[in-house]
Amino acid sequence: MPNSGSESAPAFDLNVGAGEPLLEVVDLHVEFRTREGIARAVNGVSYSVKPGETLAVLGESGSGKSVTAQAIMGILDTPPGYITKGEVRFCGQDVLTLPEEDRRKLRGASMAMIFQDALSSLNPVFSVGWQIGEMFRVHEGMSRKEAKLKAIELLDRVRIPSAKDRVGDYPHQFSGGMRQRVMIAMAIALNPRLLIADEPTTALDVTVQAQVMDLLAELQRESGMGMILITHDLGVVADVADICAVMYAGRIVEHADVHELYANPAHPYTKALLGSIPRLDLKGQEVAVIKGLPPTLTNLPTGCAFHPRCSYVKDRCRSEEPPLYSVNEHRDSACHYWEEVLDGSPE
Amino acid sequence: MAAPSKKSSDVVLEVRDLVKHFPLTQGVVIRRAIGAVQAVDGVSFDLHKGETLGLVGESGCGKSTVAKLLMGLEKPTSGHAYYGGDDIFTLQGQAQRRLRRQIQLVMQDPYSSLNPRMTVADIVGEPFEIHPDVAPKGDRRAKVRDLLDVVGLNPEHINRYPHQFSGGQRQRIGIARALALRPEIIICDEPVSALDVSIQAQVMNLLEKLQDEFSLSYLFIAHDLSVVRHLSDRVAVMYLGRIVEIGTDLEIYDHPTHPYTQALLSAVPVPDPTMRGQRQVIRLQGDVPSPANPPSGCRFRTRCWKAKEICADQTPALEVRVAGHPSACHFAEERDIVHATVEAGEVAPIVVGPNEDEAD
Repeated sequence: MPNSGSESAPAFDLNVGAGEPLLEVVDLHVEFRTREGIARAVNGVSYSVKPGETLAVLGESGSGKSVTAQAIMGILDTPPGYITKGEVRFCGQDVLTLPEEDRRKLRGASMAMIFQDALSSLNPVFSVGWQIGEMFRVHEGMSRKEAKLKAIELLDRVRIPSAKDRVGDYPHQFSGGMRQRVMIAMAIALNPRLLIADEPTTALDVTVQAQVMDLLAELQRESGMGMILITHDLGVVADVADICAVMYAGRIVEHADVHELYANPAHPYTKALLGSIPRLDLKGQEVAVIKGLPPTLTNLPTGCAFHPRCSYVKDRCRSEEPPLYSVNEHRDSACHYWEEVLDGSPE
Repeated sequence: MAAPSKKSSDVVLEVRDLVKHFPLTQGVVIRRAIGAVQAVDGVSFDLHKGETLGLVGESGCGKSTVAKLLMGLEKPTSGHAYYGGDDIFTLQGQAQRRLRRQIQLVMQDPYSSLNPRMTVADIVGEPFEIHPDVAPKGDRRAKVRDLLDVVGLNPEHINRYPHQFSGGQRQRIGIARALALRPEIIICDEPVSALDVSIQAQVMNLLEKLQDEFSLSYLFIAHDLSVVRHLSDRVAVMYLGRIVEIGTDLEIYDHPTHPYTQALLSAVPVPDPTMRGQRQVIRLQGDVPSPANPPSGCRFRTRCWKAKEICADQTPALEVRVAGHPSACHFAEERDIVHATVEAGEVAPIVVGPNEDEAD
C-alpha cells in the first residue's frame, strides 16, 4: 500500500517502475566550513535503494554516514554544512534542486527518519499522541480528534501496550525501547516510501534492540518501503541488511551484497573491521587490531584515506586516490589492490 | 589469559550478600521514605587472582552500582566485601586509605571522566598526590612517563590536555591513571562501549596485556556479551539487582541454564549473514520491571516463558542445579543458544508476553 493517504500533493510523480531505484545518491559532496578549516565530511558518495530493500551504511563515527543521511533528508545544518556537489534523486527527481516548500512536503510524508536518541528527539513538553498526531494535522489537515485516533492506531501498530491510555503520556514516562517505538510510529505515520534509520538501536539494550529490529523488519515487509539503516554494529547489519555500503572518511570504500561482503571482503578496511570484532560464538579467537586512528576530516591523508592504517599499503596508495573499482556487476571496492584482498593473501 | 587455577586461597575479593537500596523520598522539608529502588539485592561472588570476571546485564540491572559500592563511592545498605581478610566497608582512616590503593576504576566515558583543565601529567599523577608514599615527589613525572609508555601513549605528550587526544587515547589515559598505584584489582565499568569498533580491539588487547604484565584481577562490567566473552574467564549475569547465573565462560555461553541468559544470548546479533533465520530466536517482550517495585519471587518471572506459581512465591536460590554451575531458576535447563542452528523454515520464535505468566 504505497503512499496511500498522503494528501499534501507531492511536487512530482512518486511512482517508480519495477527494478528502478527509489533513491539514488550520486557523487554527493558535503563539507563543513569550520574555524579549524574545511572538514570534508562526505567526498563523493553514491548509492541507491530500491523499494523494499534495506541498505546498511556501515562506518565509524566521523565516516560521514549520518551527514549523508541528513543531506538526503534536507536537514543538514547550513552553515556550517554545505552540499557542494552531487544529486539526490528521489523517485527520479533531484530533490536538492527543489524549492524548500516542496522538500518540506516530502519530509515526513514520503521520506522519514528515525534518530538514535529518542529522548532528545522527542519534544518533552508535548504528549506523544500530540507529536504523532502532528504528522496528520500538518500534512493531511486532520482535526485534532481524528489525529488523536490515528495516533492511537499507530501506537498499537508499533505494539505499545494499552495505547489508548498511553497516548496522552509524555516522552519521559516511556522507557528507552518504548520511546524508540514512538519515534518509529511518527516516522511511519504517513506511509513513507523511504525510511532512514540512523543508529536506531545503539542506545538500547540487546533484548530491546532485538524487539525494535524485528518491528522495523515487519513494518518494512508490510509497507514495502525502502530502508537505509545507518549503524556501526556489524551484527545488526548481518541480521537485516540486503546491501551494505562501508564508509570511511567520507567515501564508500566497499559496496556489496551483505553475504558476499561478510564472506569475502574486498577492501582492507572491511576485512580489518570484520576481524576486529569479538564474536559470541567463538572463544579464544584472535581479535585483530586496526592500528592507528581514524583520520581528521580537516586534514585527510593523500591518496587513499585508509593507507596509514592499511596492511596492504603500497607506494601507489599514498599518492593516488583509488576510484571505486567494480569487482563484479553488483559489487565495488575502492582499493587499488582489491584482487589481492579478495584472494585472502596474508594480512 | 590468566591461569585457571581456582583455589580458594587465590580469592582476592570476596563479595557477600551485597545490598544497595536507594531510598525514594517524598516531601521537601520533612523527607519521608516512601520506598526504595532495589538497585543491588543480594549479590555474592569471588574474584580470583589474575582472572577476569565479567558482569553482564542490561541497563538498570545494578552492575554499575556494584562497581560504585566496591569503589567506596556509595555506602552499601548491607553486605560485606572482603579483601585480604578485611571487610572493605567497615575499614576506617589509614587502613581504608591503604586498601583503596588496591582497587581502582576505569570509567566508561573517556570524555567526561578526565578533567579538561588538567594536563595528562596531572591526571595520571594525581593518585600519587593522594598516596604520596607510593612515589616521592621528584619521581612522579618519570613515573607518569613510564605509565604512558605502558599503556601505549607517547611519553612526550605528558603536557597535553585531554581534548588533544582521541577517544581511544583518552581511555588509555584513564587506564594509566588506574594503574598508577599498582593495584591488584581493576574494576572496568564499560571501558570500551564508548569507543569505535576499530579502537575497541586496541583497548581490549591493552587490558589483556596489562593483566599478564601486572597479574591484575579485573571485574569487567559490560553490556556487550561478545566483548565480555572475549575477555572474561568467568561470567556473572545480572538481572534486576541479582545474579541469575554465574560460571566459566564456556558454561555461560555454551551451556546456559537460566532463561534470561538464554534470551540475552539469543538477542545478540551475530555478524554472519549466513546465520540469518537459522538461529534460535527468543524474543522477550516488554521491558525490565522497575527496580523500585520488583516482582515477588523470581524477578525474571514476568518476562519468562517457564514461569509457574512457584516462581512468584519462592525466590530461586543461586545454586548448582544442572550443568555444573549455579543458576537461579527453579526450572533451570541447559540449552545451547549460541551454536544451535534451526532448520530453515522451522524457526519458531519463542515470544514471551509480559502478562502470560502461566504460558509455557
